Formats: sequence, structure tokens, C-alpha cells
Amino acid sequence: MNLLLNTINGISLGSIYAIIALGYTMVYGIAKMLNFAHGDVIMVGAYICFCAMSYLSLPPVVGVVMAMVVCTILGMVIERLAYKPLRSAPSLAVLITAIGVSYFLQNAALLIWKSDPKVFPSVLAGIPGLEFFGGELRLTAVTIVTILANIVIMLALTTFTGKTKTGKAMRAVSEDKGAAQLMGIDVNRTISLTFAIGSGLAAIAGVLLCSAYPTLMPTTGSMPGIKAFTAAVLGGIGSIPGAMLGGILLGVIEIFARAYISTQLSDAIVFAVLIVVLLIRPTGLLGKKITEKV
Amino acid sequence: MKKMTKTTRSNLITYAIVVIAFVIVQAMSSAGKVSSALGGQLVPICVYICMAVSLNLTVGILGELSLGHAGFMSVGAFTGVIVSMSLNMLPGPARLLLAIVIGGITAAIAGVIVGVPVLRLQGDYLAIVTLAFGEIIKNLLNNAYVGVDSNGLHFSGKDAASLHLAEGGTVLLNGPMGATGIQKQSTFFAGFLLVLVVLTVTLNLIRSRSGRAIMAVRDNRIAAESVGINITKYKMMAFVTSASMAGMAGALYALNYSSVLPKKFDFNTSILVLVFVVLGGMGNIRGSIIAATVLTILPEALRFMNDYRMLLYAIVLILVMLVSHNPVLDNLWTQFKGKLAFWKRKSVNAEKGGGSDGKS
Repeated sequence: MNLLLNTINGISLGSIYAIIALGYTMVYGIAKMLNFAHGDVIMVGAYICFCAMSYLSLPPVVGVVMAMVVCTILGMVIERLAYKPLRSAPSLAVLITAIGVSYFLQNAALLIWKSDPKVFPSVLAGIPGLEFFGGELRLTAVTIVTILANIVIMLALTTFTGKTKTGKAMRAVSEDKGAAQLMGIDVNRTISLTFAIGSGLAAIAGVLLCSAYPTLMPTTGSMPGIKAFTAAVLGGIGSIPGAMLGGILLGVIEIFARAYISTQLSDAIVFAVLIVVLLIRPTGLLGKKITEKV
Repeated sequence: MKKMTKTTRSNLITYAIVVIAFVIVQAMSSAGKVSSALGGQLVPICVYICMAVSLNLTVGILGELSLGHAGFMSVGAFTGVIVSMSLNMLPGPARLLLAIVIGGITAAIAGVIVGVPVLRLQGDYLAIVTLAFGEIIKNLLNNAYVGVDSNGLHFSGKDAASLHLAEGGTVLLNGPMGATGIQKQSTFFAGFLLVLVVLTVTLNLIRSRSGRAIMAVRDNRIAAESVGINITKYKMMAFVTSASMAGMAGALYALNYSSVLPKKFDFNTSILVLVFVVLGGMGNIRGSIIAATVLTILPEALRFMNDYRMLLYAIVLILVMLVSHNPVLDNLWTQFKGKLAFWKRKSVNAEKGGGSDGKS
């Protein structure tokens, strides 16, 4: 029974990683950049939701929607101001800029909300969890909602990129920017949209993360951000199903490592798994093989 | 007199800058002109210069992005602390020297262990694996307990109590609490010497046959392989050298404080050093030195801004990247350099007595 509970908890934590990893992987696929500021967008989303619920006493749903709106706009503004001027610059310059944005968001949050940790009120407070097998298996509402949210997001994104015109444009841009432009696709608008979607998802991830682990600080986003980034690479960066698979695997491994091996060493184990996987499959589980031409 | 080559002259200028800067700061501090805030920053500046130069070897010369450089620094730091504290019968400078040397050696060993799997990968995948290794090293050190007593060193992965120290023994490394009670041994002079050592190693490596091979691997891996360059060997050479210099810098850093936490050497420190390298210019050693110095002083110099200083630091960072990669400004700069070269040629021609519009 413990095994089942740990698996479900792992999938739930992994779902949060997966939702964050989607933001990393979509941006990487389309703009070929590692967006290190993504983890901090999560933190901003969580703070917005916290403010809406605690200071303005709005219902949780409104808080989540507000967080999504703010993060979506934030993502687009960051892209427009910091990344767009560097579209043709070397990738390392963009990386450093992303790190600068990450510092900026963390320190801005530090100024606005101060460094003392806030206790995040669960968006699902008052909703009872489910019990199975006569109370032996107890799942909290957050666990269930996180997994459901992940499934919904995955289905919605797959449909979006596969069936709609805008989604196809996105895939085209990530395949070949120049050719996409020749076909009449507005590349800048598509990239901006990708950032918007990724940041909106980050807001959801932030709320879910803080509902499950209710301490909110300006640095809350960094470690989940790094883990989610690892998840995206594990699944093959640039691939949407890869981000899902990588995220869930990472979550399950982390919970299992904590439960059965060592609490303190769980992070080391997670990263060791990543290294082993990359040694066997150098481009991640579902990543495209890069063939090099002379 | 034999004419100096361009590289020799450029390297000499680099050494001269370091020596002159040291002499000026030393003279100022003996005249009592150095504020205590700056005085406290002198050893860290030397440490970060060494870190930046060594990371530049991996990122700029070898061309592989490493996001876990602080991991090697922490290996060197904690080995250095253990060495220095367990050898307290020796005089201070000898202990510092031994700590730095052994710190460098262990970091080099860590570099080999990390390098073998890492250097098989490419591009962003390599970057994420170095990040992962950095986190693993931090995590392991967070769970490392080391103590010393009359029987020698004791190691444990669980807690301080399971070290079973004899009476009079001290705990050197206490898991997440790190190392405490370190006797401060690092001096600005030692830092200056370490910077010179690191500079000599790096500049000579770059100029040697191996250095050219390493740069060939960076510029075109396939072409380098096809002319018979052993890629793995040269990649390892650059990576391990870089790791060992980071370890030496780490030992110097740790022995500058009374306590050091494993948390100090996290992802953010790796990124900080990477920022020095990128702002100073990839593969440009002198640039790394200047960037490391300026950016270590900058947050201190911005202290009057209080809470806003890190925010300002972030904005400065973003603006520098935006301005230095702005195509319009780039164009202007190229035009300006072109004009400059044109005027230079004109004046040289005029000196020769011939008209500039003679043959060409």
C-alpha cells in the first residue's frame, strides 16, 4: 500500500515538474535558448495568487486566473524587452541575459514581498481528499487535482500543437525559422505566444507547488526550476511528450529516493539518474537524434 | 633585438596589469587608504579571478559550457580545510600551501571522474550534466562528516556522533553546517601568487601545442579529428586543468573565513563565475580578470543603494548584454575601427614619403 501511495505522490510531484518543464522545453524548441528565468516566473505566479487570496480575500479560482494573467503578460514582456533584441546573438549571451532576468525577478520579489517566508493557503482548502481501501490509501485533494491538471494540460497542448493553425505554426518555427517565415508565418508573434503559454503554465505550476509545499519565498522557484529543467533534458529537450515523461519520472524517482534510500541524498540520486540516462541516450529519452554532417 | 610576437606582448601586458594592481593596492593598504570593506574583498577578488580564468579555459578555450564549476571549488575548499586543520603542527604558510596543492589535486581527481562521462556529450546536454554534477557534489558534501583526533581522520556519511572521535578530537566537517573554527590563513599576497600561478599555467597552456589542439577541437571537432587530434585527450586536459585550478581557488577561499557552508558553492556561484567569463569575453583571459575584479567590487560599491543593489546589479547585467550585442552599435564600432585603420595606414604611408594614392 505504501508503494502505491509513494507512486501516486511521485506522479503528483512529477506532474508539477512536468508542467514547469513544458515551459522550458517549448521555449527551447522554438527559440533555442535555456530560459533560466522560468523558475522565477513560477515564484511570481505563486505570490500573485497568494496576494489575491490573503490580502484581497478573493476566491481561489480568481487568484489562479489572476496569477495566470500576470505571468502570461510578464513572460511576453520579458521576451520583448530582454530576449528579442538578442535573437541573432550567440546563445551564451542570451543565457546570461536570462540569468540577469532571473536575478531581477528574485530581487524585485525580495523588495516587494520581503524575505520572510509566507505560508501559502492551499487553493483547495476545505476540499476533502479521497480514501480508498477503507482508509488505507489516503490522497489529498492537491495530489489529485495536480495529476488531473497535468493530464488536461497535456491533452490540450497536444491538440493545440497538432490540430490548430497557430500550433502548427509553432512547430514549423521550431523546425526551421527561415523556411517558416517564407511560408508567411509571423515568427516574432509565434515566439511571443510560446513565452505566453509557457509562463501561463508556470503560474499554474507555482500555485500547485505552493499548495503542496506551502512555504513561499523569493527563492521558491529556483530549485523546482532546476529540477524541471533537468526533467525537460531527461525527456529530450524540445519535445512536449518528453517533458511530460521526464517530469513524471523525475518526481517518482525523487519520492522513491526519499522514501526508500535517503532523504538528504534524494537530490543527488535524481541528478545521478539524469547523468546515467544521458550517457545511454545522449539526447534524452524522446529527443531527436542529431546527425552531424561534415 | 628580436621582435616580440603579438601574443607575447599581450601576455606580458596581462601579467603587468596584475602585478601593478597588486603593488598599487599593497601601497595603498600600507598607507591606510584601503577601506575595511575593500580590504575584506581582496582575497575573494583573487579567488574569483582564478575561478574566472580557469572557467574561461573550459568555456572560452575548450568551448564547452560548464554550469558546475563551483562544485570543483567546493571540493578544493573542503579538502583544503581538512588538510589545514589536521596539520596544525606546521607553520601557517606551509599549511596554506599544502592545503592549496592538495585541494587542487582532489579537485583534479573530481575533474577526471566528472569529465569522463560529461565530455562524451555535446552542447546543452553537456551543460546540464555539469550542472547536475555540481548539485551532486554539493549534496554529498552536505552529508559529509569528517573529524580528526589522535588516531587520524574519521569519515562518516550519517552524522557527527557516528564519527566516534576520541577525547580531544574535533569535528572538521559537520554536514550542512560545513566547516567551522577555521583559522584564517589566506592573505592578499598568497592570493596574488595564486593568480600568477593560474595565469602562467593558463597562458602557457593556450600557447602550447596542446592549447592549439584544444582550440582546434573547439573550432571544428570533425576537422580536428580528421587531422589526427585525439579529441578526448585534449578535452580532458583542458577540463581537468580547469577543475584543479578551481580547487586551488576554493582552498584559498575557504581558508579566508572562519566558517564555510557547502551551500555557498551552489549553482548561483557557478553562474556568477560564468557571468565574469562571458562579460570579460570568451577566451579572453585579461577580460576575465577585469570582469571578475569589477563585478566583485560592484555589489560592494553599490552598497549605498541598500536593498536596491542586487536589483541594480541584475539590470546592469541585462543592459550590458543588450548593449554589447546590439547590431546597430556593432555596426558603428566596426565602421569606427575601419576608419581608424584607414587613418593609421595613411599616416604610415605619409611617413614613408610615398603618396597614399600611389600604387594601390
